[in-house]
Amino acid sequence: MKSDNMSNLIKNGAIWGFIVLELIFFQVAGEFWSLSERAFMDLDNMLLLLKQSAPIGIIAVGMTVIMINGNIDLSVGAIYALCAIVMLDSMSWPFMESLGDWAIPLAWLFALLTGAVLGLINGVIVWKTGVDAFIVTLGSMLGYRGLVFMYNGENPTYHLNWTMVDIAEWDIFGVETPALVFLAVALIVWFVMTRTVHGRNAYAVGNNREAAVNAAIRVGPHMLINFVLIGFLAALSAVTFYSGSGSVNPNDGMLFELWAITAVVLGGTKLIGGAGSIVGTFGGVIAIQLLRKGLGHIGADTATVNLVIGLILIAVLFLDRQLNVKGKEELKV
Amino acid sequence: MAEKNLDAVGRFLARQGILVAFVLFMVGFSLWNPRFIDIDNVFGVIRSSAILGVMALGVTFVVIGGNLDLSVGSLMSFSAIVVLDLHENPAFGPYLAIPAMFAMTMAIGALIGFLVGYLRLNSLIVTLGMLSAIHGLTLTWSGGQNMDIANQDATWFGVFGRGTALGIPIPVLMFGLLAAVLAILLAKTPFGRKVYAVGGNGTAATFSGIPRARVVFFTYIISSFCVATAGLIQASRTMGAQNTVGQGMELEVLAAVILGGASLLGGSGTVFKTVIGVLILGFIQNGLLLAGLEFYVQFVVTWVIIILAVWLDIATKRGKLWSAIA
Repeated sequence: MKSDNMSNLIKNGAIWGFIVLELIFFQVAGEFWSLSERAFMDLDNMLLLLKQSAPIGIIAVGMTVIMINGNIDLSVGAIYALCAIVMLDSMSWPFMESLGDWAIPLAWLFALLTGAVLGLINGVIVWKTGVDAFIVTLGSMLGYRGLVFMYNGENPTYHLNWTMVDIAEWDIFGVETPALVFLAVALIVWFVMTRTVHGRNAYAVGNNREAAVNAAIRVGPHMLINFVLIGFLAALSAVTFYSGSGSVNPNDGMLFELWAITAVVLGGTKLIGGAGSIVGTFGGVIAIQLLRKGLGHIGADTATVNLVIGLILIAVLFLDRQLNVKGKEELKV
Repeated sequence: MAEKNLDAVGRFLARQGILVAFVLFMVGFSLWNPRFIDIDNVFGVIRSSAILGVMALGVTFVVIGGNLDLSVGSLMSFSAIVVLDLHENPAFGPYLAIPAMFAMTMAIGALIGFLVGYLRLNSLIVTLGMLSAIHGLTLTWSGGQNMDIANQDATWFGVFGRGTALGIPIPVLMFGLLAAVLAILLAKTPFGRKVYAVGGNGTAATFSGIPRARVVFFTYIISSFCVATAGLIQASRTMGAQNTVGQGMELEVLAAVILGGASLLGGSGTVFKTVIGVLILGFIQNGLLLAGLEFYVQFVVTWVIIILAVWLDIATKRGKLWSAIA
């Protein structure tokens, strides 16, 4: 029993240990290799890090819920792009322009609704046809991306509204809006997953769907709600990012699904479902962003960042397996 | 008697549904627009599908073996960049560049095969990690620059992408030849049967003495060989490549394989069906363009077709249209 607790502690603490390790490494390495005079562990730098991790982070929170369910959503990147286009394009519709700044909340609403509806479509297909979520969302990833391109061809969609930019850059004690939204989303979903029936059901469905059905959990509607949630969160991510930037390319958000999944897996969520936590995912998101930023700080280029993140993902998978399988190995080959 | 015949027809449709759909689609479109079935058009479509198709052949083995390969797009970019760079390197030249590129690409494939086969790590995450890592390798190799062949008239390198033999484009020949060889390997050899066994029920396969790890390892070797071939065709066709030339192809390839009827759970699928899946994607794209629709409509149509194909497949197996999920 004791060694069980020990190994749990190692597993849950691993991502935070890794983050501390990264901080120390980049702080020390930065002294030697960095071109900038500033320390890596600077408060401003850390706040910026939180802000930059928001777009992937918000999506990763939703992905955690989906993956605890034992599903996966590959279409989030496309939903992200489509919602951004809807938001920015709707700002220049004639009736919206006559509303002045009141058009802003309406544009947000349109974007969030779009995200929820796209998630709903995925959820209904998964529920009603029984096709695996991987295939359903692989298909809709192509389909939604097609819609993105049909909307405005290969041209960027832009609309700059200074009020909107001000809102996006608003801050409390230096914590800007995107970071605040990320923290709020993580907190709310954490509460839902740990303190409510819906959260408990999510683990039950992922752990053993058959048993969940026998326990009178309506699996279909449950999964549907989670797909709507991740669609909504992908839209929210787009809203927080593009309110500030004001311009979206049709290729934006590509590979976001893979980044989000990477963060979730680093945070300890299992692909087969039934296990995982929002806190872990939060750690995973921060760890990845820290790695990107830290490697940039010591002068490494994107190539190295990609290489290192890929290798770390595989290493984590290997270590996790070593920690888990000990003692209950099924069949040695 | 009549009932029995009807039953047989139903079973044939369930088994060969995708083929029937393909034939219906081709006949329908040809009647509507004769240009669709024009021999030049047909070769044009197959030639432009060849890169995706060659990659799909390899991924078919991986999927039947019960695994996934999300790194093929990234690996294809790598092989295209490497072969172009070595081609320009006076120490290599085209004769050495091609085998060197194949060796490097297949070494990466061997690494993936080792991680998934021997270490038994989850293939989705491993190949996701490799997608990122290989992209990093490619960027390091190229320094972030596009690769181009400076003097395009002085080399025969373009033959793989641009040449024709007996009036048939070389990429089409390579696709067809590779498909034939791999189809025989999968359907007629002990190795092929082992791939099905491992994907269908890995534990049972192990108990019957099939070296599961080695079989999975070789599915990734085959996949990386196909990717290297695709990279060669791509590099030769354009005589130049961006670092991201294969980006996103991993999921399109998977879509073609699934459309062909391979189950993601492993143990089912054939090379022939994957070829049909690839051709359907190619001809739909072409047909929609001929119909004057926007290029991007094909993505939406592909989405609908994938869902319908897999849904009908599942529905015939369970005997009910709607899922049993409460």
